[in-house]
Amino acid sequence: MNLPVIIKFVIDLLAVLLLALGIKGLSKVKSARDANRLAAFAMSLSVVGLLSYYLGTSGIAIQSWIWIIIGSILGSLFGAILAKKVPMTSMPETVALFNGCGGMSSLLVALGVAIFPISNSVENLDFFKSLINEVSISVSIFVGAITFTGSIVAMAKLQGWLSTPVWTQSKVRHFVNIVFAVASLIAFFDLINGNTSSIWLLVIVSSLLGIGVTLPIGGADMPVVISLLNSYSGIAAAAAGFVVDSQLLIVAGAMVGAAGLILTQVMCKGMNRSLVSVLFGGSLSAQSTASSGSGEYTNITSCSVEECALTLEAANKVIIVPGYGLAVAQAQHTLREVTKKLEQNGIEVVYAIHPVAGRMPGHMNVLLAEADVPYEQLKEMDVVNPDFPATDVVLVLGANDVVNPQAKNDSSSPLYGMPVLDVQEARTVFVIKRGMSAGYSGIKNDLFDLPNTSMVFGDAKKVLNDLIGELKDLGVGEK
Amino acid sequence: MSFISLLWVLLLGSLLGLELIGKVPPTLHTPLMSGANAISGITMLAALTLIVKAEGNVPLLIIGSVSLGFALFNVVGGFFVTDRMLAMFSRKPSNKK
Repeated sequence: MNLPVIIKFVIDLLAVLLLALGIKGLSKVKSARDANRLAAFAMSLSVVGLLSYYLGTSGIAIQSWIWIIIGSILGSLFGAILAKKVPMTSMPETVALFNGCGGMSSLLVALGVAIFPISNSVENLDFFKSLINEVSISVSIFVGAITFTGSIVAMAKLQGWLSTPVWTQSKVRHFVNIVFAVASLIAFFDLINGNTSSIWLLVIVSSLLGIGVTLPIGGADMPVVISLLNSYSGIAAAAAGFVVDSQLLIVAGAMVGAAGLILTQVMCKGMNRSLVSVLFGGSLSAQSTASSGSGEYTNITSCSVEECALTLEAANKVIIVPGYGLAVAQAQHTLREVTKKLEQNGIEVVYAIHPVAGRMPGHMNVLLAEADVPYEQLKEMDVVNPDFPATDVVLVLGANDVVNPQAKNDSSSPLYGMPVLDVQEARTVFVIKRGMSAGYSGIKNDLFDLPNTSMVFGDAKKVLNDLIGELKDLGVGEK
Repeated sequence: MSFISLLWVLLLGSLLGLELIGKVPPTLHTPLMSGANAISGITMLAALTLIVKAEGNVPLLIIGSVSLGFALFNVVGGFFVTDRMLAMFSRKPSNKK
């Protein structure tokens, strides 16, 4: 072993260790930020390791340097700009876009190696080795292409650029996807057999498969899909690691792949959905309209913002339940102004965060943190649920299914078993909502019919702004 | 590296990944997803290898460079955006007091 090999070995080992510590640290609030930086450092370290290895052994041609610099500068620049500019509410689609590009990168590496075999790596291989080479190239292309097109479709749907086409809600889509899957399989084996031209078939059909699988999935299930695709991009990276013979790539890819799977499962649990139904069930509203949930509302009480303000003024303890609607209306800052006023009046304010509140698990915490809500005021569901009976007012803002008592009481409901916030236990519940439309599950919310629930109709941001005005008139928060 | 030992690497890496994310508070799901996503941009190493070994093959150099660009877009953007999210959590208590 010569020096460059030893140096690279040590650096790789260190990088893997730091990456593992980084992922570990990211799962705790206290250490998360440092852990993220640690992981970023480990990544740069791995680049230094790789470059120093080639400098010490074969050397790097000037021409290579030029292309390295062009690629790095453009990629980093666009990445950094997007990361700085993007609003916090668009986080899910941003992660999807980044993820898709990671998949694209693995796809391109495999394509490059397949079309122009790297010298000293393919021609001199025995049969077994070249078989492994072909398999890893095919896997890398297959997974990379699915990750790319799937992520792009996910992003476009979250951005509202793409809606769900009607035909994708029918059974036809399964047939179409099976055709794509079988075609990819054929191309896969053809490629391994040595027929290099089928590589393009593999690229095309696996890309189509990525689109076909993601397109029918409803917007609210998208975070689960993004998490799953994130796991795929790890697998694609690991496959690319086999292609270029790099242990570091395999370890890091495998870690991300496995961690992504776990995260996907955690998310599914929070939404009371199985992964299978997310992937193959289509959008939830399509199947559940026929079932028990589509009853009529009989006992809706609607009230004005003024009444709402009066009740809030008299309260001692208020719990806010923010949801998807708040994120869409981008009303987190306005909400913060309302709660500031209440706090100045000596009213205890707490935010009840359902595990899947917002557009992605944990997204609501990010949004509220952005609006300067103190971290201690954010309470997780299990912590806050016993508090509802002692609460005067609950404000439900753009949340629906996560406060549906059906999930506890009605075993025939599709929501049954989903963990929910027991807001109906509170003395008064105000639901701020645009209209009577159902949540993403398409199921009637029994909460709205309860006598202690009042509806305040309107856009979350507008209602909150009006509320600030009313509270001002009442002299709340002005001493 | 023999294929078998690479398979071991794959297996142990996967087990490590499963083990690392035991209990994640829901607060951190989004940042964790985005951080892990940045790490999956590690394919930039494969792209670099491709460029270095291209030996003047221009189409391969271009493919490698584009691939490197995509990977770094993922890595740099991913880490920055994660940091932005996490910064919001950490500045909170100090702001209050």
